[in-house]
Amino acid sequence: MNPAINTAVGGGMAPVATTFFFYLLGGLAIAGGLAVITRRNAVHSALSLIVTLLSVAGLYLMLYAPFVAGVQIIVYAGGIMVLFLFVIMLVNVETSSKERQFNRIWPIGLVAACTLLALFMSAFTKGKALFPDRMVTLAEGSNTQQIANMLYGEAGRMGPYTFAFEIASLLLLVAILGAVIMTKKKI
Amino acid sequence: MAPITTLHYLVVAAALFVLGVIGVLTRRNVVIVLMSIELILNAVNLNLVAFSRMWGNLHGQVFAIFIIVDAAAEAAAGLGILIAFFRNKETINVDEIDLLKW
Repeated sequence: MNPAINTAVGGGMAPVATTFFFYLLGGLAIAGGLAVITRRNAVHSALSLIVTLLSVAGLYLMLYAPFVAGVQIIVYAGGIMVLFLFVIMLVNVETSSKERQFNRIWPIGLVAACTLLALFMSAFTKGKALFPDRMVTLAEGSNTQQIANMLYGEAGRMGPYTFAFEIASLLLLVAILGAVIMTKKKI
Repeated sequence: MAPITTLHYLVVAAALFVLGVIGVLTRRNVVIVLMSIELILNAVNLNLVAFSRMWGNLHGQVFAIFIIVDAAAEAAAGLGILIAFFRNKETINVDEIDLLKW
C-alpha cells in the first residue's frame, strides 16, 4: 500500500484492501465487457454490460469520486440500460440471434483493435514517467458540493462549467425531441 | 503487493476501450454496437476520473458527468433511429443498412 495515501487520509476512513478490490472490480469489468461483445443473445449482452457498469462505479468509489459513481449507477445502470432492454424487447431478437453474429471483415477489425491495444501498451510503458506515482486523496464528504460549485457557480458567480452545463441541457432537449420524432409513425 | 497507481486504472480503461472497438468493428447487431459504444465511453470516463485523482482536482469528474449526459443523449437518439429503421426494413443488422451506399 502506498504510504502517501495512508498519511493523507487523516480524518476519513482508511481504504481497506485496495489492491484486492482493484483487481476484483477491474477483472469483473473486463469480463463483463468481453461477454458484451461475444454473447449471441442481446439480452445477455445487456446484462453483462450492467455488470461492467457497476464494476466501473466501484472503481470510481475507489478513486474518491462518490458522486460520479452514484450518477453512473442511476443514469447508466438505471436509465440507459432499461432503455436498451426495452428496445431489445421491441426489435426482433429471436431471428437475429439465429443469424451470423460477426460481419465478413471481422479479422480486419480484430487486427486493427489489437494494434490499437499494442499502441496503448507501448505508450503506457514508454511514457511511464508522464504519470506521476502519487495518488491524491480527495475530500469525499464535500465531493458533491465541490462538483455543484463548479457546475452552478458559487456566491453568485458563474462556475467554470456553468455555460457548458446549460449547453448540456439543450443537448438533452434535442435528444428527447429527436427520439420522439424518429420513433413516431406519422409526423 | 504493489500499490495501485494511475497506470493500473489506465490499463483497465484501455482494455475496456479496445473491447468496445472490437464490438463496434465486428458485430452485426446494431443494439450490441450501441452497447460497445457505451463501453468505449465508460473507458474514457474511467481515464478522466483516474486523472482527476492523480492531479487532485475535480475537473476530470465534471467532465465524466458531461460524458454521461452525452451517452444518455446518444443512446436515446441511436435507439430511436434503430426503431425507425427496424420498422422500415425488419432487420437490425449493420451490414444491411446500405441504402446510401452507391
